[in-house]
Parts: sequence; structure tokens; C-alpha cells
Amino acid sequence: MIFLKTDEEIELLRISNQIVAKTLAEVAKLIAPGISTAQLDKVAEEFIRDQGAVPGFLGYGGFPKSICTSVNEQVVHGIPSDKVILQEGDVISVDCGAYINGFHGDSAYTFPVGEVKPEIMELLKTTKESLYLGIEQAVEGKRLGDIGYAIQSHCEAKGYSVVREMIGHGVGRNLHESPEVPNYGRKGNGTMLKTGMTIAIEPMINLGKRQLVFEKDGWTTRTIDNMPSAHFEHSVAVRKGKVDILSTFEYIEQVLGTKAI
Amino acid sequence: MAKQTAIEQDGVIIEALSNAMFRVELENGHVITAHISGKMRMHYIKILPGDKVKVEMSPYDLSKGRISFRYK
Repeated sequence: MIFLKTDEEIELLRISNQIVAKTLAEVAKLIAPGISTAQLDKVAEEFIRDQGAVPGFLGYGGFPKSICTSVNEQVVHGIPSDKVILQEGDVISVDCGAYINGFHGDSAYTFPVGEVKPEIMELLKTTKESLYLGIEQAVEGKRLGDIGYAIQSHCEAKGYSVVREMIGHGVGRNLHESPEVPNYGRKGNGTMLKTGMTIAIEPMINLGKRQLVFEKDGWTTRTIDNMPSAHFEHSVAVRKGKVDILSTFEYIEQVLGTKAI
Repeated sequence: MAKQTAIEQDGVIIEALSNAMFRVELENGHVITAHISGKMRMHYIKILPGDKVKVEMSPYDLSKGRISFRYK
């Protein structure tokens, strides 16, 4: 069942997503070699609670922390830990959610730590471009397959691979709602998009093979060949003829300055 | 947070069980029981131990699967 949101509900979703965007910017300030992912989690949780919201991921399906931090070959759902210390040359994907006024915000960004190899920077750049190409398709009258096709064709043309096991999703009163938004697909296939749908588009792109391994902790996923992976996510409201992005990377890019991807 | 979807994997049949069920060894080494899909039954596609097949799985029960394709 796909819930169509009214304009007021979409504005509430925008508030949740703005909090997520600011939280990611707070996390961005701290990302440097030597910091542990548990510290990032602590800062994020405090910041979300200061805004009067609740971390959306905490306890969702048993997830123990407020943000997902996935370093290098980890694709998504990495659990923050004291033992994971960021090193120069790492990439870390931070996925964050906030719950306020009955609505969930959901957004993610992949940060480079210090100086990163050029081929990995290229991967991050391509993934982010593909996210915006996918978002361009999220207007009334298009189909979910169009979004997937835009992402897949852009990334596979550069020799990267698209993760199949993990996909985007509807977002609203629940963190995961219908419809499922795969990052691969064929033009003109899938559910028709309607005004009022709110979806989270999140391409997860691997440098090497697309297959994943599920770690024993029940959450973390990593690439089968231990090659790095990138992940960007925006929550988007579908409207007629124009793109409406609810979350934003503006705050993050202000913090990163010239280092922004 | 990304949503997990039904997983598709390749495997090799190691044993034929009764009722068109098979024991399949997946690429990652896990052994599951899988049944043959209705569409493959309709088209009388026979499966023997040693065949390479495509298996669909649900993330909620990792011990069972559904065989959706037999590779040549």
C-alpha cells in the first residue's frame, strides 16, 4: 500500500529531513583520521535529540545505534563501534535518520577521510551524479524503472556495479514503506509515480563486483571482493513536472568547503 | 537506511529430495533446501544433482529458497 501525502505532510517530512541534513553536517565537521565511529554516533544522537527529534534508526528492527557508518568495503548498515578508527585514505558512508512530528527523515552521504585515491574519488563523484540523475526522473508520470535505469546506465557505463540486494524505499510515517525503489531497472517498467509519493532514492555503487556478504552481526554488509563502495541518499517528494528534494547536502557542503565532492 | 530485498543467488544441486525439493549449495557455501518454481514445472524442466541453478531467497528465512532457472 503506497501512502500519498498531502502538502502539509510533505512539509513535516521536509522538517525531519532538514534535521538529518544538519546532523550529517555536524558529523562532517568531525570526520578526520583517528576518530572512532562510535564517537560520530554519539555526536549525531545528541544533535538529533537537541533538535527535539528522535533518532530514526535506533531500535529499528533491532539496530543498536543512531547512524549507520560503513567504512570502505562496507556497503551499508555498518554499526558504529569504538574499534573502528578512521584512517587517512578511507571513505565512510554515514546514513542518518530522524523522527519528529510523526515523520521519518532519511539521508546519507559518503565522506572521504583525508586524501583519497583518485579512482575512489571518481567512484564517489559518479555515485552522487547518478543520485541526481535518478532524482530527475522522480516526477509524476514516470515509473520506478526510469529511476533505476538512469542510475544503472550512468554507473555501469563507467565500469562500476550496482548493488541488487539493497534498495531504496518509500519514506513517511514509517522508515520503510512501499514502494521498493531499486537502483537498477528498465525504462518504463514498475509502478507509476504519482504526486504525493515520497521516496528515498539511494544508489549503492561498488568499484568491483556487485555481490554482497552479510556479516555475522546481522546488519553490516560488505562487498564480496573487499573493494570500496559508495552510497548517497536523498528523500524526494514526487510532484508534477518538477523535482522536490526534501533533504539537502547544502549544510554538508558548507562544512566540507572546497573538499566537497 | 537501505531496505533489504529478496536475494537472488546461484548454486549447485547436491541432492534431489522428494516432492520436487532439492538441496542446493550456494556460492557462499551455505546449504539450503529449495523447491522448483511452478513455471519450471509447467515446462517440464528437469533438474539433476550437479546442475547449476539460480535460487531466489527471502531475507527472512535463509534456510529455504525457490529455484527459478537452470543454467545450461
